Amino acid sequence: MFQYAPPSIEWLTILPILTVVVTGVIALLIELLRPKGANGVAVAVSLIGLVVAAGFTVIGFARPEAETFAGMAIRDGFGSSIELIVIVVTALAVLFSDSYLREKGIAFGEFYPLALWSASGAMMMATTRNLLMVFIGLEVLSVSLYVLAGLSRSEEKSEEAAIKYFLLGAFASGFFLYGLAFFYGATGTTHLSGFADAIQADYSPTKGLLIAGLGLMLVGFSFKSGFVPFHQWTPDVYQGAPTNVTAFMAGIAKLGALAALWRVLEVYTGWQTTWMPAMIWVAILTMSVGNLAALVQKDVKRILGYSSISHAGYMLVAVLAHAKSPQTVSDFSLLYYLFGYSLMTIGAFAIVSLTARSGKEGTRLEDLRGLAYRSPFVATCLVIFMFSLIGLPPTVGFVGKLLIFNAAVQANLMPLAIVLAVNSAVSAFYYLGIVWAVMGKEQGEPKPWTIELGPRVACVLCAFGVLAAAIFVGPVQGWLSEQHRATQATPVLVSRG
Amino acid sequence: MGLLSLITFAPIIGALIIALIPAEHVKAIKGLAMVTAIATLGFSLFIFGQFKPGDFHFQLLESIPWIPSLGIRYQVGVDGISLWMVVMTAVLGVVATGVSLYESKRVKAFMILLLLLETTMLGTFVAVDMILFYTFFEAALLPIALLIWIWGDENRKKAAVRVFIYLFAGSILMLVGMIVLAQRTQLATGHLSFSLIDVQAAVANGKLWAGALSLEVWVFWAFALAFLIKSPAFPFHTWLVDSYTQAPTGAVLLGVLVKTGTYGLIRFCITLFPEALPRAAPAIMGLAVVGILYGGAVAAVQLDIKKLIAFSSLAHVGFIVLGAFSLSYNGLVGAVLGGVNHGFATGALFLLVGLLYLRRRSRGVNEFGGLKAQMPVFAALFLISTLAAVGLPGTNAFVGEFLSLLGTFESGIAHTVGLSVGYAVLAAAGVILAAVYMLILFQKLFYGEPKLPAIRRLRDLRGWEVALALVPTALILWGGIYPATFTGPMQASVNATRMMGMNSANQRPAWGNSAQSLDERLNLYQGAEQVAPAGVHAQGPIAAYNAARPEDGP
Repeated sequence: MFQYAPPSIEWLTILPILTVVVTGVIALLIELLRPKGANGVAVAVSLIGLVVAAGFTVIGFARPEAETFAGMAIRDGFGSSIELIVIVVTALAVLFSDSYLREKGIAFGEFYPLALWSASGAMMMATTRNLLMVFIGLEVLSVSLYVLAGLSRSEEKSEEAAIKYFLLGAFASGFFLYGLAFFYGATGTTHLSGFADAIQADYSPTKGLLIAGLGLMLVGFSFKSGFVPFHQWTPDVYQGAPTNVTAFMAGIAKLGALAALWRVLEVYTGWQTTWMPAMIWVAILTMSVGNLAALVQKDVKRILGYSSISHAGYMLVAVLAHAKSPQTVSDFSLLYYLFGYSLMTIGAFAIVSLTARSGKEGTRLEDLRGLAYRSPFVATCLVIFMFSLIGLPPTVGFVGKLLIFNAAVQANLMPLAIVLAVNSAVSAFYYLGIVWAVMGKEQGEPKPWTIELGPRVACVLCAFGVLAAAIFVGPVQGWLSEQHRATQATPVLVSRG
Repeated sequence: MGLLSLITFAPIIGALIIALIPAEHVKAIKGLAMVTAIATLGFSLFIFGQFKPGDFHFQLLESIPWIPSLGIRYQVGVDGISLWMVVMTAVLGVVATGVSLYESKRVKAFMILLLLLETTMLGTFVAVDMILFYTFFEAALLPIALLIWIWGDENRKKAAVRVFIYLFAGSILMLVGMIVLAQRTQLATGHLSFSLIDVQAAVANGKLWAGALSLEVWVFWAFALAFLIKSPAFPFHTWLVDSYTQAPTGAVLLGVLVKTGTYGLIRFCITLFPEALPRAAPAIMGLAVVGILYGGAVAAVQLDIKKLIAFSSLAHVGFIVLGAFSLSYNGLVGAVLGGVNHGFATGALFLLVGLLYLRRRSRGVNEFGGLKAQMPVFAALFLISTLAAVGLPGTNAFVGEFLSLLGTFESGIAHTVGLSVGYAVLAAAGVILAAVYMLILFQKLFYGEPKLPAIRRLRDLRGWEVALALVPTALILWGGIYPATFTGPMQASVNATRMMGMNSANQRPAWGNSAQSLDERLNLYQGAEQVAPAGVHAQGPIAAYNAARPEDGP
C-alpha cells in the first residue's frame, strides 16, 4: 500500500533562526523608509527581535532533543547554548554600533539586517548535523561578513579588508565544499550520521575518501576560526573592517565555525589517531603564533586580531579535549570560553570604537593614551576586559582558562595545557601594553568624552558579565546541566527523511 | 557571612563605598579608608576569641560551592600558621592606609586599589580551596601593578611591567599543578576536589602520589617555582628590587605580598609532596643560603635606602625559606615566625623611610646625616627597626632567625634528608652582614654633620605619625621579649605540617581527619591510638626516614 507519512516538523527548533532572519528583513524594510542617518528604529527592532529569538531558544532548551526537517535541523543543549551566545554577541554589537557608525560617517542602515543574517548563519551551523546545512550556514555567515567588512566604503583599509576576506574566505569555502563532496562520495549522504553507517559496512575503499574529506573540511573551519596556518587574513581584516564589525566578527565567526567543527570531530572520534596529532600541532602553533605576533603590534585592533588567533587556539584545546575523551570532558568548557571571550572582546572593541570622532578614528596605542583621565569609567571597564583576556582572577577569562586546563588534563593532553599556560604568560605583555596606554597621560589638557547611551550600556553589560559569569559559574552550569538532564530523560525524537 | 569572610571582604566593601563618593571629597575618602582598615584589624582580632590553639585543623571553616562540577568551593579557614599572617596583614593594612593619607594624587583610585590589595592578601591567607587561593594570589597583581604604575617613582613603568610579568608567569604553571592535584585526588578518592583538606587527606594516606614519583616532582616544582618567585628567593628577586624601590610610600603592603610566597611554600610545598620534598629540600636550601649571603652583600653597597631594604628582604626571606626547608620543628616555627616578624619589621622600616622621603624627597643613603639631632623621636623608632633587621636579641627577628638557624643545625647534625651543617654555618654568616649594612645605614643617616643645609629644617614626626609607627614597633619588641604569644597558637599546626611532609604514609596527620589530635607534647594521636612519637626534638620520623636511606644516616 502506498503510505506516506509527512515528516513531523518541530517548528520550535528553527524558530530562533527564523525570528532572527525575519527581524533582518524587517530591519531592511525600515532602512528603506527611514529618514537619512537615523537608525534608532532599526536598532530597536533588531534588539526586540533578538530578545524574542532568545526567548524561543530558552523555551526550546527545556524540550527534548530532536532532529527535524528531514535531518536538516537539530535541537540539543549544545546547539541552543551556541544560539544563545550568538544572540548575546549580536545584541551587544548592535548596541554600540549606532553611535559608532554615526561618528564615523557611515550610518548605513544595512549594518543591522546584515548582522542579523550573519548571526542566523552562525546559528544554522550550530544546530545541524547535516554538512550541507553547515555549508549554507557558513555562506550566509560569511557573505554578510564580507559586505560588512567593506562597510566603510571611503576607506581603503576597509575595502582591502573586504576583498581580502572575500577572496580567502571563498577559497576556504571551496575547500569545505570539496571535503563535503568527498564525504558524500564515501557515505552517500551529507548527514554526519552517514559516517557510522559507512564504517559499519566494509569501509576500506572509502576510508581514504573520509579522511581526505575530513582534512579538507578542517581547512575550511580552520580558516573561519583563524587557526594557524590559515590565520593570515585575521589581523588585516580585523584592522581594516569598521570596529563594530570587527567586534561582531570576532565572536560570531568563531561561534559558528567551532560549533560545526565540534560536531564533525565528534563523529570522527573513533579515528582520532589519524587527525589528533595534526590538530594538536595546529593548536600549539595557533596559540603561540598569535601571541608572539601580537607582541610587536602597535595598533589596538591588530593586537586584538592576533590575540583572537591565540584565543581560537585555546578554544581548539577545549574542542580537542572533548574529542579525545568525550565521556569525561563535557562541552561546558568550550561554551563557557566562547561566551567569555565574546564578552571581553566585544567590550574591548566597543571601547576602541569610542576613539572614532567625526569621521576620524585612531586605533593606535597612543590614541588610547589618557583614556583614564578622559573617562575613568570606560578606562576601568577596559582594564577589566584586558585582565580578563590575560586570564587574571576573578574574571571570566580566568575561569574559562581553568576549565580548559582542567579539560586538557582530564583528556591527558598535558602538553597542550602547558603550552596554554606559557602562552597566557606571554600574552600578559601586550594586554598590559593596552592597559598602560590607557593609564598614560595625554599631551595637553584632558578632553572629557561624552559617551552615548548605547556604548555605555554595552560596556557595563560586558564588564558586569565578565565578573558575574566568573563568580556565578556554578549556578550557570547547574542550570545548563539541569536542562541537559531534562532533555535526555525523555525519549529522543528522531524523524529523519 | 562568617568571621573570616567578614575580615576578607571588609576592605572591598569599604572600597565599593569609596567608589560611590565623588573624587573631590578627598577628606571623606581618606577618612573612610582609614575607618575600613581599622575595622578590618578590629574584626581580625576576634579570631583569637574563637581560635583553639592546640588544634592543628583548619578552624572557623566556611564552605560554599563555587564551581560544583569541578569540586571548587569558596572555602576559607585559619590554622595556627595563617592566623598570624591574617593579623599581620590587617595591622599593616592600617599602617599602609595611615601613611597614604599623605597621598595627594588621585586619592580615590589610590585608596580603592590599596583596599583591594588588602582583601586579596587576606584572602590568600584564609583560602583553603586551592583555586580560591590562586584567585586571591593572582588578583593581587592588578592592584599592585597599578599602584606602582600610577603612583610610583621615576622608573615606575618598568617596575610595574616587571612585577606583573614575573609574578603572573611564575604562577600560571602552578594552576596546572593544582588541576593535576585535583585530578589525582579524584583518582585516589573518587571525588574531584580542589579543597586543600581533601587533597592533603589523599596525600596523607599515600594514595594520591602512589606510583607517580616523577609527576610528583614536576608538580612540586610548579608550586615551588611560583612561591620562590613570589617570596622572592635568589635568583628571582629582580622584580622585588624594582618594585620596592619604585613603589609609592603607601605600598607598605608589598612587605605582605612577598609573605604570600613563603606562606605558600609552607602551606603547599611541605604538606602535599612528601616524596618529592627530601629530594628538593637541599636545592631550595642552597638557594636560600645564596639569597642570604648575596642579599646581605649587595645590600651593604647600596646607595638607595629602599634598594637596601629590598636586598635585606632577600636575605631575611632566605632565613624563612631556610627554616622551612630544614624540615625540623624549630626551623619551621622560625620560618612561620620569621614571616610575621619580617612583615612587622619591613613594615616599620618602609613606613619610616616613607615618612622621611615625604620630608626630603630623597632616598639616597649619603644625602642625610645628622638626623638624630633634628629628629630624635624618628631616630629612636628607626633604631628599633634597625636592630630588628639586624636580629638583635630583644627584637622579634632574633627569635625567628635563631630558631631557623637552630633548626638548620639540628637537621644538619641529624643529616635529615641529606642536609649538612654547612648550610647553617654559611647562613649564620649572613647575620653578620645584616649588622654591617644596617648599622652603616643608621650611622650615615643619623650621625655626623648634615650633608645638606635643608636637613636642618626637617621636622620631627608628628604625634599621629609616632602613633602609627609605634604599632609595628611595639609588636617588634613584644615578639622579642615574649615570643610565646606568637609561637603558642602556631605550635600544633607547625608540627602537623612538618609531619605531613616527613612521616611515612598513613602516619601523616590529615586536615581532613578530625579524629586526629596532638597532645601537649605534640605527639600525634589518631583517635585513641598514638601513632608516631614526634616530640619537639622529633627523633621519630626523621630517624625513620634516615633508616630508610642508610647512606644518608649519621
